[in-house]
Amino acid sequence: MSYLARRLLTFPLVMLGVSILVFVAIRLVPGDAITAMLGTEAGLLTPAQRAALSAYFGIDKPILVQYWSWLLGVLQGDLGISVIHGKPALTIILERFPLTLQLALMSMCVALLVGLPAGVFAATRNEKISDLAVRIFAMIGQSTPNFVVGLLIIYALSAGFGILPAMGEFTPFLTDPLRNLGQMILPAITLGFAFAASVTRISRSAMLDVLSDDYVRTARSKGVPKRSVIWRHALPNALIPVVTLSGVEFGYLLGGAVLVEQIYALPGLGRLVLEAILQRDYALVQGCVLFIAFNFMVVNLLVDLAYVTLDPRIRLGEGN
Amino acid sequence: MGRHLSTKLLSSLALAVAIGATAIASPASAASLKMAWKQDATGLDPHKQTAFSSIRLLELIYEPLVRLDKDLQIVPAVAASWEFAADAKQLTFKLNPNAKFQDGKPVTAADVKASFERLLDEKTAAAARANFLSIASIETPDQATVVFKLSQPDAPLLTAMASINAAIVPAAEIAAGTIGTKALGTGPFKLDKWEPNSKETLSANKDWAGGKIAIDGIDISVLPDETAILAALRTKQVDFALINDPLVATLVPKETSLVLNRTPVLAYHVLQMNPSRKPMDVLAVRQAISCAIDRKDVLDTASVGEGKVTGPLTMPGYTSDASALFCYKQDIAKAKKLMAEAGFANGFTATVIAANGEPATAAAEAQVLQSQLAEIGVKLNIKMMELNVYVDAWLKGDFDMAVALNGGRADPYSMYNRYWTKTGNLQKVTNYIDDTLDSLMQKGRVETDPAKRKVIFADFEKHLVEVAPWAWLYTSYSYTAQQKNVQGFVPTPEGSLFGLSKVTLQ
Repeated sequence: MSYLARRLLTFPLVMLGVSILVFVAIRLVPGDAITAMLGTEAGLLTPAQRAALSAYFGIDKPILVQYWSWLLGVLQGDLGISVIHGKPALTIILERFPLTLQLALMSMCVALLVGLPAGVFAATRNEKISDLAVRIFAMIGQSTPNFVVGLLIIYALSAGFGILPAMGEFTPFLTDPLRNLGQMILPAITLGFAFAASVTRISRSAMLDVLSDDYVRTARSKGVPKRSVIWRHALPNALIPVVTLSGVEFGYLLGGAVLVEQIYALPGLGRLVLEAILQRDYALVQGCVLFIAFNFMVVNLLVDLAYVTLDPRIRLGEGN
Repeated sequence: MGRHLSTKLLSSLALAVAIGATAIASPASAASLKMAWKQDATGLDPHKQTAFSSIRLLELIYEPLVRLDKDLQIVPAVAASWEFAADAKQLTFKLNPNAKFQDGKPVTAADVKASFERLLDEKTAAAARANFLSIASIETPDQATVVFKLSQPDAPLLTAMASINAAIVPAAEIAAGTIGTKALGTGPFKLDKWEPNSKETLSANKDWAGGKIAIDGIDISVLPDETAILAALRTKQVDFALINDPLVATLVPKETSLVLNRTPVLAYHVLQMNPSRKPMDVLAVRQAISCAIDRKDVLDTASVGEGKVTGPLTMPGYTSDASALFCYKQDIAKAKKLMAEAGFANGFTATVIAANGEPATAAAEAQVLQSQLAEIGVKLNIKMMELNVYVDAWLKGDFDMAVALNGGRADPYSMYNRYWTKTGNLQKVTNYIDDTLDSLMQKGRVETDPAKRKVIFADFEKHLVEVAPWAWLYTSYSYTAQQKNVQGFVPTPEGSLFGLSKVTLQ
């Protein structure tokens, strides 16, 4: 059986495991949809009122029964209805996903466009002042939490220049590209900043390894121009760890970037999950987590396939 | 090099244009008020929703029979006038003949009756039902008159009816089962669009019986970070905003283009002790804790002095001079003496629970209390919890002590009967029964003379502070911030945004 087919077959199993975990975990946390809605006022409810609310939220039946009926729905493409939004969970997730996808893509672009050249540059100037400068910059980038970067950007722009990206709602790219980019570019930079630092560090060390390889020395001694050695011979081989890192990071980003979405008030997947958890909107939490897990697996699969393209020596699924 | 520079210039220019364009892209569109808040409503059923964040929205859409003004006086809403019978066992309302639902249908006595019957029906699961249990029957002699017959005298009932939890909804919508999915009230604004946790669009209700509304509507954005709200105000992206965090609020007046509204609220910050757990079951221990606390210091440190030290009664008309209450001046010597008398000269260890960010000052309050109580040998371990987890523990009474911000009411009986009467719904939380407190509460419930009620509740407050099941700390402010061109907003001690119906944009 081909590698791809086998990987695809494991998808349902992993999804089943994830569904059980999230279903149980969200119900194990103290507090339920009733206390989430009413807060301390929930104490005023009579037992009959509590029962009526439990039935309304669908938490009155034994957990196994709840799980089974939810699972049957999921198999038919129905992730359940969000009680807060009053809409199918899947509809809400798909409404929020374009923003998250765009933010993930844009911040990846920022990270790779800054990180790769910086890493390569530093590697070629190993142990020189400019290498040190890049490394210090990367260290700062990696150790600064992104909400700090975001808050600083917002403060500097609003206090210094009196401008701020539109907050609160998302304008899709196709509706108004200029407004969309104006909204997304700062969050993308904020998110991409730390990731650019990781890319810089990884690509630098990978490049250093590759640059000391025999074939690079051979290429040089044959008189291949330096630029060509670096970009055509060395870089593709140094890309494997960068691809691994980017794949994992991209998978994470598709799960939403909670802090950055909070600060820039972007209605993305991260905030959706957070609010669903805080409000104990079970169907929405379960739906989101399943969706995120699915994306993560797809991205991982694509990363594996990318290895083969980058390095034809790698054969997936044939032992070693 | 030259090429590099120009690419760089070009890209920074593009960035500036893109951001600038979006900043300008939203023109000062007609005259809708652009508003921001941190926390969105969690639902649209006015009878069921109890969270501040929901009530703030629903108050713009729905109306109760009566409402409270800025001085907490009862003023007309759907009802034009009302009258208590001499024995306080019957309450009659005359409806405002101009009152209409937002679909143009007039409000009738049948709508009022159906609304209260829905509220009282246990299947509705309205937490506010507890305030209306004295209603025995509702009569509608004509289209514009509603008579509530009560099973016992209930002076606080009228104030309880001034809550959005007693909103009047159309009988037809109740029958159709659409309350909560469709917002159809009699209030100043119509809800055109709601995307939970993102935004809502309201338009002015041209037929509102309360008068003409000067703005076209309100566009609300949910901005979950309050420093971002401040930034949005600074750049005029937002005209009006709600602020919760006192630290952010104190930054508003530093911006010359902004105005901060600051109003004392009824909610109170309190250290709840659990008298069902040792050694808080000993009166002297609880009193010692109360005496060891420097309330002003808690207020100054945790809330940058934004608020006022308070006793249990926080509503204007009932508040007393807090400094005259038992041990409201920190007295460590007395506290140590009380501890020694109770056999705890060496102190004890207890855990205090607090909710993360609810209120914003919770963690700081717990820390200040921890250091103050250390002086009498009480070692407090602080346990911070997610709000829902905290509420769960709080409702079960599963704590030694709890830092809490509890909601206030305009009437002392409605505010405290849940805690300090023998039949109070939250006995499990207070774990404290006291005959004097109970009998004073019952007296206050049936007494209709305001002057006599004031005396009754003053006694209640004095006794409650002395027996010290809880240590009341301070009340804070509710804040709204606005651009200078926004005028006419009147804040209330309930933190209501109903004042937006009178706002003009200059």
